[in-house]
Amino acid sequence: MVGTSLAGDESVVDTATQVKRPIEIKWFLIGAVILVVAWLALIPLCFLVWQSFMTTATLNQPAVFTLENYERALGSADSLRLMGNSLQFAFGTSLFALALGTFFAWVNERTNTPFKSLFFAMSIIPLVIPGILFTASWIMIASPQIGIFNLVLKDLFGLSQPVFNIYSLPGMIWVDGLHYAPVAFLMVTAAFRAMDPSLEESAMMSGAPVFQIARRITLKLAWPAILASFLVLFIRAIESFEVPALLGLPVGIQVFTSAIYEAVQSYPSNIGLASAYAAVLLVLTSVAIYYQSRISSQGSRYSTVTGKGFRPRMLDIGRWRYLTGGLFILYVVLVVALPFLVLFWASLQSYYAAPSMAALKNLSFAAYGRVLDYPGFYTSVWNSTVLALGGATIVMLLTSVICWITIKTKIPGRWLLDLLASMPLVFPGIVLGLATMIFYLHFDIGIYGTLWIMMVAYVTKFLPYGMRYNSTSMVQIHKDLEESAAMSGASWFATFRRVVFPLLKPGLVAGFIYIVVVSVRELSSSILLYSPGNEVLSIMIWEFWQNGQYVELSAFGVMMIVALFCFLMVVQSVSKRFGISEN
Amino acid sequence: MLSVEKLTTIYRDGSGKQVAGAHDVEFSVPTGQLFTLLGPSGCGKTTTLRSIAGLERPSAGTIRAGNRMVYSSDMNVFVPPNQRQFGMVFQSYAIWPHMNVFENAAFPLQMRRNRPAATEIRNKVMACLEAVSLDHLAEREATKLSGGQQQRLALARALVMEPQLLLLDEPLSNLDAKLRDKMRFELKRTQRDLGLTTIYVTHDQSEALALSHEIAVMNQGRIVQIGSPRDIYERPATSFVADFIGSTNFIDGTVRGMSGEELVVDTSIGQLRVEARSRPAPGASISLSIRPEDLHLSEGAPTEQGFNRLSGVVEAKVFLGEVLDFRVEINGVSLLARAHPSLRTHVGEGINIAIDPAKCTMLATQ
Ligand SMILES: Nc1ncnc2c1ncn2[C@@H]1O[C@H](COP(=O)(O)OP(=O)(O)O)[C@@H](O)[C@H]1O
Ligand SMILES: [Mg+2]
Repeated sequence: MVGTSLAGDESVVDTATQVKRPIEIKWFLIGAVILVVAWLALIPLCFLVWQSFMTTATLNQPAVFTLENYERALGSADSLRLMGNSLQFAFGTSLFALALGTFFAWVNERTNTPFKSLFFAMSIIPLVIPGILFTASWIMIASPQIGIFNLVLKDLFGLSQPVFNIYSLPGMIWVDGLHYAPVAFLMVTAAFRAMDPSLEESAMMSGAPVFQIARRITLKLAWPAILASFLVLFIRAIESFEVPALLGLPVGIQVFTSAIYEAVQSYPSNIGLASAYAAVLLVLTSVAIYYQSRISSQGSRYSTVTGKGFRPRMLDIGRWRYLTGGLFILYVVLVVALPFLVLFWASLQSYYAAPSMAALKNLSFAAYGRVLDYPGFYTSVWNSTVLALGGATIVMLLTSVICWITIKTKIPGRWLLDLLASMPLVFPGIVLGLATMIFYLHFDIGIYGTLWIMMVAYVTKFLPYGMRYNSTSMVQIHKDLEESAAMSGASWFATFRRVVFPLLKPGLVAGFIYIVVVSVRELSSSILLYSPGNEVLSIMIWEFWQNGQYVELSAFGVMMIVALFCFLMVVQSVSKRFGISEN
Repeated sequence: MLSVEKLTTIYRDGSGKQVAGAHDVEFSVPTGQLFTLLGPSGCGKTTTLRSIAGLERPSAGTIRAGNRMVYSSDMNVFVPPNQRQFGMVFQSYAIWPHMNVFENAAFPLQMRRNRPAATEIRNKVMACLEAVSLDHLAEREATKLSGGQQQRLALARALVMEPQLLLLDEPLSNLDAKLRDKMRFELKRTQRDLGLTTIYVTHDQSEALALSHEIAVMNQGRIVQIGSPRDIYERPATSFVADFIGSTNFIDGTVRGMSGEELVVDTSIGQLRVEARSRPAPGASISLSIRPEDLHLSEGAPTEQGFNRLSGVVEAKVFLGEVLDFRVEINGVSLLARAHPSLRTHVGEGINIAIDPAKCTMLATQ
């Protein structure tokens, strides 16, 4: 024996009583987590479904059960057009984004195209720009009345009709597709990187030409991932709100999300109808998510991961590389440079005018001053900051415990917890906003009409993101690491704090940053939940747009984009210093 | 020090069906001794070790360490692993990658309920790191250690808590052959110097024979034999043990009767006198194990007294450096024999064989 034995002289009885202290802190935490998640994800949904079967209450008529909402949402001639528009928009957008993203992913991962070092940075930028700013900038580029493209072409060729009309279904698909292409780019790139390079190299040794290899081997092997990205894009497109609201509503092209908004905003507001639309939309997204998760779980059948760290040799595509390089530059111009420049131009005017020699004389920074003096500007900055930082912290902490339960324990029913925490994935932002609004209207705990109702919605909406970041790092923590802490005498809480949590840190930080960025962009849930005095940044933009204050909107947008970039730059350099890998 | 009684740990698959585990494991380890669980992969060694650690919850049995009951199904006692204060070295070493060498080793002390002062922790940790020659690397990132260094750090971390019992799960299996030999001796020295009661899990018979005071051979979740290394090697209880530990010749035979204290057995290679470990009735069929090095080969007449004498023909031979393996045919049966390389008999020539009756081991029928 070494030294004195630590516990050797404890009596048998003493130990036996220790064991009969079964309720550990762990169980309280687990119980609390389950309650919180069910509260966030499940209950608002139940209220939403309940409301979709009720008439609107008026002063002298209480709400009663009805099927009328569904008749209107599904059975009328209008509803057919609505469904048609929604599906066309979603399919068009997702296919366009997928084609762009897959093409650039292949170009970047497999060919010797020039400017490749820029690909990643440039293609991630659109993810940072809020959708409403991107859409507004494209209105300034291609609207029939004020669009720069149209004005320039009219001047050049003396046309009487505008060439582009952004206020149309193709226009909507174009704008949203450009904006979502990076999502496809990132997903397909990941699939290409996971591929065993020797599969393509052996095709090359068999004498296959470059484009044959791409078509017959690379794309075929990446097919499950491509299909999965298509479904992800489809979901994003069908729940997209900014583009349909700004481009579709002015000309009467309604999709489900904008129809929900109109039904709530109409006077008197028709919550029942909005809920019925929301229920239909939920069915669509659920089906898409179901197929996507099936593809992902079948993925192992196609699995081509070898774990070898090397990248395949780049294919020499000869002179084609000037074309691919040129296309990439064009994409960057359309998605990053042009929108930003247009906003910047507009922000320097006193009232909106297309670029011209005359307008050049009126440049001033006055709009920036007006925005800074705008009532509520600082409040909205503060509100957005609180929501972004607070929401991201809550989500990452909560999901770290959820992931620990679902991945590291054998507690029966843990799949249910996983399901609940991932469920908000099927909630389009506007549906979540609607459900949250209904719930806290009927179940008054004093947060309706305050900032906190938005916090609740944000936390709910971003739970699945937290789950994804945390579970990725959680599965990498070998159970020996926890068990050896237990053998060293650490309690469950100490093990979590000293071993699990620090090992999760890279994932926690990356997830935190991601959630901060998407929170600042968030519009579609906030739009139904904010009240005067509780505006956030994206709502400010929305209000500028509604008031026709394009110049102020542009100045505000430029400041916001610059601020988001500075945030990301700081984060990147800080995380490099501390060796935190970002994804 | 440690006593394990009727320990049963069962794994169940999704539908609740019993799949594997350890059954009715029973052994005890005196203070300061190194006890080895030996057996092929999947036989339940790790399961047994983890049950002792408290990382698996057994379904039945009793585990007592010193005078402390840590598990008993009858008395409904289960001390959680973090209160057992056993040191454990995992097969993967489980070095925490976010802590440096010192922090890894200091962790168990920081977890004590009455946490020692910082200087005391520092002294104890450095003493342990010195014991495993890692003191000069105390500030190094744990991820920047070689395999051997990780193994020693894992050991230091287990030692720093001055455990009642040290549990080692295949601690050398992740090292290359050279390093394994070196670490084997260091491990043995540390264990002996500190007088640590140790349970050692391995599937490597030479490791077990070299290190242990006592060995338990396991197969399919059960212990089949417990004994000293010499016992296990020289007197395997079953054909499984004989086969698993070293190589051996199996010979089946029928009991003819007793001759003095020895059993006379008719076998396919002729009549053999065998040391009687039990007294089976004449006519019973039994199985014998004879180690290759116990077949004494000679070209002339054997000189050994009281040995069984046989003759055969050399079928094949393989030169292995310090020994020469012969395949000898006797009455149509091939036996493996190990001889000194100075024996020059050619293939096809006749040869004499002498076997000590004490080295003909009767095996239990399974
Ligand atoms: N967590 C588990 N669930 C189900 N079966 C297990 C588990 N761990 C081990 N087993 C099975 O129990 C048997 C014994 O395993 P183990 O004790 O790890 O063997 P070894 O002797 O190689 O250490 C094996 O068949 C193994 O597949
Ligand atoms: Mg094992």
